[in-house]
Amino acid sequence: MKTVTTANSAEKTWGGGDNQPMGASYGKLMMWFFIVSDALTFSGFLAAYGFSRFKFIETWPLADEVFTHVPFMHGVSAPMYYVAFMTFILIFSSVTMVLAVDAGHQLKKDKVAIYLFLTIIGGLIFVGSQAWEWKNFIKGEYGAVETKGGSLLQFVDKEGKRVALAEFAATLPSEREQLTRNKGDWFVEEAALPTYTVAEVQAGFKSHPDLLVRTETINAEKQKTILSREESELRLTQASLVVEGANLTRNEYGSKLFADFFFFITGFHGFHVFSGVVINCIIFFNVILGTYEKRRSYEMVEKVGLYWHFVDLVWVFVFTVFYLV
Amino acid sequence: MSHEHVSNTKRIWTVFGYLSVITIVEVFFGILKPEFLHMNSLLGLTLLNWIFIILTLVKAYFIVYAFMHMEGEKATLRNAVILPLIFLVIYLIFILLTEGNYVYEVFKNSTIKWNF
Repeated sequence: MKTVTTANSAEKTWGGGDNQPMGASYGKLMMWFFIVSDALTFSGFLAAYGFSRFKFIETWPLADEVFTHVPFMHGVSAPMYYVAFMTFILIFSSVTMVLAVDAGHQLKKDKVAIYLFLTIIGGLIFVGSQAWEWKNFIKGEYGAVETKGGSLLQFVDKEGKRVALAEFAATLPSEREQLTRNKGDWFVEEAALPTYTVAEVQAGFKSHPDLLVRTETINAEKQKTILSREESELRLTQASLVVEGANLTRNEYGSKLFADFFFFITGFHGFHVFSGVVINCIIFFNVILGTYEKRRSYEMVEKVGLYWHFVDLVWVFVFTVFYLV
Repeated sequence: MSHEHVSNTKRIWTVFGYLSVITIVEVFFGILKPEFLHMNSLLGLTLLNWIFIILTLVKAYFIVYAFMHMEGEKATLRNAVILPLIFLVIYLIFILLTEGNYVYEVFKNSTIKWNF
């Protein structure tokens, strides 16, 4: 072996030497190690989601009823469109990233910078969209009622269209007051009260004879079961809580675990995207400062590129599992 | 680096085309849910879900092989990354879904009820 070291490899403190098992440099190999372990982590989460879904297969929420919002189109039920847009954004930012890597191979500094910048913008749009999706999910749209047994009742009209609590709930005089910290005996407070009490929902239901209760159970037509008026009234007497929107304890969409998995998996993925944007920014500034130009190698761009594509890859699976299947 | 790189721009845009078309097809099926595909199932999974899963795997293939440039890596690296993942993920999914289904049947067929 030659003992001559070039200026190039001497500079690479973190290069791991010239020994390249599997024909990949130290840094790239380590990125692959990380990606494999992270992929297994995400597989664990998604498989756990599958476990819970199979456990409650008859009552799991239908995704196209939950994610129906599109910006600037309030009240229009448009499932899939917005999340499809998010998917495109992420795929496109993957494309600009791979173009940046490609330009890096040809040592074209300006092109690398432009493509990396576009990738960062794509990542930011995606994280922003995700935040908006969360906002709608947390806020909820129709509201529902939870029974003593823990199952969820939603309200529909004769055509089976969902009806929001606000459209029929009665207004009753109530003594119930929000316990805030300054009124508590010992720094106690409670979570925000729902807009309506159970009694108000029950009274409102009684005075609207065309309303029906929809249960969580999925019937043979793969729709949620709608009860008859008599059954509806009977079920509603068992109501114990009004549920609006979603949190980690309960949600108005159905199975309690559904919201937990949604928050956890999309949150963990969103955190990956956010980290990716931060790392991309660091690399972007390095490109601009000419760090890799001096090194005559844009391999760093390639490594963060691997991470970024991995984030895109995970989204492809999250998209399928949460929104399609 | 060891080998000379040529520009792959054409390949990148082709793959972007594939990924876009697949996503559009997925969204199309997701919104329309054709009766035939939605109601008939094969091996415990509806035909529609089979389509979604297969298309997802095709997308994953393109992202890993083209974008992450797996097709340009040595076979040892390819196998070291992909084979353990495929094996472990299939194993994990099989065992968890079987167990989930078992718990479902226990709740359904015995006196234990979660929902009343």
